[in-house]
Amino acid sequence: MKTLSVSHLLGIKYLCEEDLHLIFETAKHFKEVINRPIKKVPSLRDITIANLFFENSTRTKLSFELAEKRLSADVLNFSANQSSVNKGETLVDTVNNILAMKVDMVVIRHPHPGAAHFLSKKVDSCIINAGDGTHEHPSQALLDAFSLKEKFGELGGKRIAIVGDILHSRVALSNIYALKMLGAEVSVCAPKSLLPKHIDSLGVEISTDFAKTLKWCDAVNMLRVQNERMDLNYFPSTREYSQNFGLTFERLKSLKKEIVILHPGPINRGVEISSEVADSDQAIILNQVENGVAIRMAIIYLLASKLNIPIA
Amino acid sequence: MIEQHGDFSNAVLVGLQPRGTLLLDRLVQLLIMSGIKNLKTGKLDTTFFRDDFRRSERPLKAKATVMNQSVEGKDVVLIDDVLFTGRSIRSALTAIDTYGRPKSIELLVLVDRRFSRHLPIQPDYLGAQIDALQGDKVKVVWSKRDSENRVYLEKHVE
Repeated sequence: MKTLSVSHLLGIKYLCEEDLHLIFETAKHFKEVINRPIKKVPSLRDITIANLFFENSTRTKLSFELAEKRLSADVLNFSANQSSVNKGETLVDTVNNILAMKVDMVVIRHPHPGAAHFLSKKVDSCIINAGDGTHEHPSQALLDAFSLKEKFGELGGKRIAIVGDILHSRVALSNIYALKMLGAEVSVCAPKSLLPKHIDSLGVEISTDFAKTLKWCDAVNMLRVQNERMDLNYFPSTREYSQNFGLTFERLKSLKKEIVILHPGPINRGVEISSEVADSDQAIILNQVENGVAIRMAIIYLLASKLNIPIA
Repeated sequence: MIEQHGDFSNAVLVGLQPRGTLLLDRLVQLLIMSGIKNLKTGKLDTTFFRDDFRRSERPLKAKATVMNQSVEGKDVVLIDDVLFTGRSIRSALTAIDTYGRPKSIELLVLVDRRFSRHLPIQPDYLGAQIDALQGDKVKVVWSKRDSENRVYLEKHVE
């Protein structure tokens, strides 16, 4: 059997298509495992994993922790707001101190783009990027693509739209890489102020017309407006944004076709997506969450199989 | 097996992936021909329960598990084609537990390679016993026609 072409998961950019298929196939088996009465396998019982979250997270953190526990790994949790980071310790020092406690893998979320990449060069451990600032969020993109594959079979030729705060979104970038690699057509749709410069160099359609994009697409990934990353006003008001780029039931009905709706969470109900739409049958938001655990089990399992640490 | 399980109402036949499932399919045909109805079967992959994770040279590849019923209180028969070191069976004993606590577990194999066991595991139902050296290979080949089914013993060449 093949293995992953990488020994860290830093971003989708560093993976190849075979990697993606291997992760999806493994995740399919783990999805069966987590639906058993006993949802646990013993594979990683000699592995210790630290989850370092330098930025707030609910879903991703719980999902990684559960994935690790389902694989029988020992788990250490770390949140920056309750740690010595506030006392002035550097990232490398923090991580090396944790590794000195005999930790084998590190899952890291950090507000700075490139943090995971930097760490993989500086410390001797397997690094999994759980989101680095506005850069990449590979496990989210993998679970989004996996959830879409469950719906569509193959993604070749499918039209996927990513709508919302593209500028501040690591989900958008990782999704673009993953979906393009799988042969999908990708369109990003947002107010001009929330579209990054040079986004066209990624080979995606660019749109500021939400209605047109909805007509075009087979599935839409609705991103949250990331107020916490906004240093200035990118649009006049939340109400105006919502009117132009919010996915409402009326918009959906007017399409006269079924599209699949994704959302990486957390949802701002009534802003980028209305409650009716978020709770509708077309939304696969909770499937995404379930698949997230299976995908992360697959990522960790496949990377752990490449760990170069002594056994017994 | 029929003597032991009667009408098989409490039995679950579980073929081990990858090759035990082929023997399971054949056994099910034979049991149906013997008038047994409503057989409960499953296919179990034990990859994630194996004890050689990170130890084997080639990475372990999982196959599909299809278990549509609980095994709580059931009489489980694990089915595999060749019993060699016993490690697959050990991992299957752990894996089957994730579907409940069976009343009993038995083992059926087509071929038992004697003198090669690493663990104290023996079959309850057995097709044939083969004496093979450590490097030899035992291959079970299934065909569409029964008369073409074969078991090969390939001698190890230095």
